[in-house]
Amino acid sequence: MWDYSDKVKEHFFNPKNAGAVANANAIGEVGSISCGDALRLTLRVNEASEVIEDAGFQTFGCGSAIASSSVLTEIIKGMTLDEALKVTNNDIAAELDGLPPEKMHCSVMGREALQAAVANYRGEEWKDDHEEGALVCKCFAIDAVMIEEMVWANKLRTVEDVTNYTKAGGGCAACHEDIEAILEKVLKERGETFDPNAAPIEKSIITAEKKPLTNLQRIKKIEEVLTSLRPQLMADGGDVELVEVIDNIAYVNMTGACNGCQMAAMTIAGIQQRLMEVLGEFIRVVPASQMPSKLVNIQEASHA
Amino acid sequence: MPDIYLDNNATTKVDRAVVDAMLPFFTEQFGNPSSIHRFADGVARAIKKARGQVQELLGAEHDSEIIFTSCGTESDSTAILSAIKAQPNRKEIITTAVEHPAILNLCEHLEKEGYTIHRMPVDRCGRLNLEAYKNLLSDQVAIVSVMWANNETGTIFPVVEMAEMAHAAGVMFHTDAVQAVGKIPMMLQDTQIDMLSLSGHKLHAPKGIGVLYLRRGTRFRPLLRGGHQERGRRAGTENTASIVGLGKACELAIEHMEFENIQVKAMRDRLERGIVEQIPHCFITGDLNNRLPNTTDIAFEYIEGEAILMLLNKAGVAASSGSACTSGSLEPSHVMRAMSIPYTAAHGTIRFSFSRYNTMSEVDEVLKVMPDIVAALRKLSPYWDGNGPVANPEEAFKPTYA
Repeated sequence: MWDYSDKVKEHFFNPKNAGAVANANAIGEVGSISCGDALRLTLRVNEASEVIEDAGFQTFGCGSAIASSSVLTEIIKGMTLDEALKVTNNDIAAELDGLPPEKMHCSVMGREALQAAVANYRGEEWKDDHEEGALVCKCFAIDAVMIEEMVWANKLRTVEDVTNYTKAGGGCAACHEDIEAILEKVLKERGETFDPNAAPIEKSIITAEKKPLTNLQRIKKIEEVLTSLRPQLMADGGDVELVEVIDNIAYVNMTGACNGCQMAAMTIAGIQQRLMEVLGEFIRVVPASQMPSKLVNIQEASHA
Repeated sequence: MPDIYLDNNATTKVDRAVVDAMLPFFTEQFGNPSSIHRFADGVARAIKKARGQVQELLGAEHDSEIIFTSCGTESDSTAILSAIKAQPNRKEIITTAVEHPAILNLCEHLEKEGYTIHRMPVDRCGRLNLEAYKNLLSDQVAIVSVMWANNETGTIFPVVEMAEMAHAAGVMFHTDAVQAVGKIPMMLQDTQIDMLSLSGHKLHAPKGIGVLYLRRGTRFRPLLRGGHQERGRRAGTENTASIVGLGKACELAIEHMEFENIQVKAMRDRLERGIVEQIPHCFITGDLNNRLPNTTDIAFEYIEGEAILMLLNKAGVAASSGSACTSGSLEPSHVMRAMSIPYTAAHGTIRFSFSRYNTMSEVDEVLKVMPDIVAALRKLSPYWDGNGPVANPEEAFKPTYA
């Protein structure tokens, strides 16, 4: 069974705002019955202030789908529509103290139901821009459709390329066979053949340094890598900052959505992997909270 | 009340007598059965005895037809890969759409390597069309692999008849009997089945031990080559304690075969009758007249299986589901889809599987909690309104992406 947080269980066993709201004037229906998750969100919106006065959900779905729906209604009650539209799926997941990667789509469904309900209230047509495929990379919750699109869009050729563009395959590496199968398929459609030994397309960043690095060079390089990874992290609502480098250990602070996220450990592993590739030497990435306290005051360092 | 375990098709509790039989083989009887000295004697004899016990449960003609492996999956892979290696000119495999992933995923992989896979469909009751099967058999087919009993619904396939049809066409026949062995009687020596897989942990032996039955004279190529163990057909030092345990478990299965088919079946029947009588909009899946005695799979419409399991678990009842969510996949169970069960029901299927350790009072306990669990989830469902489904459920709620 899934390793659900206590918050998920609490919202599942005692769901808040279950059922349809009477006199609802905003209704969002999203999900896919073939996948086994579907949600109808009903809102009563004050027409003068656009404040959500009441929210209710009806969900066909698993424990985490019901918990995500329940927590969503709690988050948005009392918000204006514009405020509510800023709620991301990561906010929903964070409020539940995280969801297993296979279940992140439940939080996405919550956000989409909200967008659909707001569009319904405003008389607009909501269009779903999201297509979901089979989950390939369980470490970073990346599905097959996303990988395929990135391979097409960026003319990716190797597993390493896919990892650089999507993070998929950057953790435990168990999905590399599946990623190769996707590459094989797309490259065939493009009229090329997949070559596992092809050079990665982002050659410049990945070339390893030959000489041992000085500590200054090392810190500069680490900063460069973190800068290159930052857009991906920020897309997920998180960030990372370098706190200190002692010998071959880089101490970092994970902030925003990364902080406390169940995937923080995997993200750190991904950063470490990338650093080792670029620096060409062994580097360990460790949360700043585990820094020996004698050396640096964590509080000061993290606000430096 | 202690927790109620109704997930015996997933795995079973190791019988106390099996554990007792195994224990000496971790300590004083630790010898390698291949050795010459006296440390090996008792171990080699114990393995021989276990082989005889498995032979008896299967009704095999010779004890040398029993090959110990590590699990059901290894037995399945060995059987299919052996058949295609021994007959390199035959490029087709016949199987069914409702096999266990141990067969289906291997076949999917072989498909990429150029094999043609015939996955026979089933009807709404999970039955095969033997006329269509007959037409698929040809000298291009390397092997037919059809499960004896389905793990989700318990539906039994006519493997004895199908093996005869395969032989008449000169085709090898394998059956994945992981769910059937120990639950229904069999006499392999009277059949034309060439190979059969079984798994210890489904019949109160430990995990990590399986058997491939290989009819004498069947052309064979080993999966693991190395030492001379299992007459060179499965190299690797024997898992002695587990082999001894499996032997004991087979002996106990013979003793309990009648109990399984009378008392265990009575518990299963009482549970499913009680549920169907008390709870509206649910139905039993599979071939009701031709099932394992211990299995029932019930579809609860308009709600989702993982949510049911979580509430059952809270009430101390362990079962399993064919919903997408329990496996983390995007589709409900392939078995339910193959039977054309609609999505609104397929996601709400719950399998209860019994063993000789269950009791009638446990059945009553489940019958007490089940109606409230289903009602609580239906209250949350967009397909449900008050005391029944909304009118035209599939029309009334049509979420945006499908």
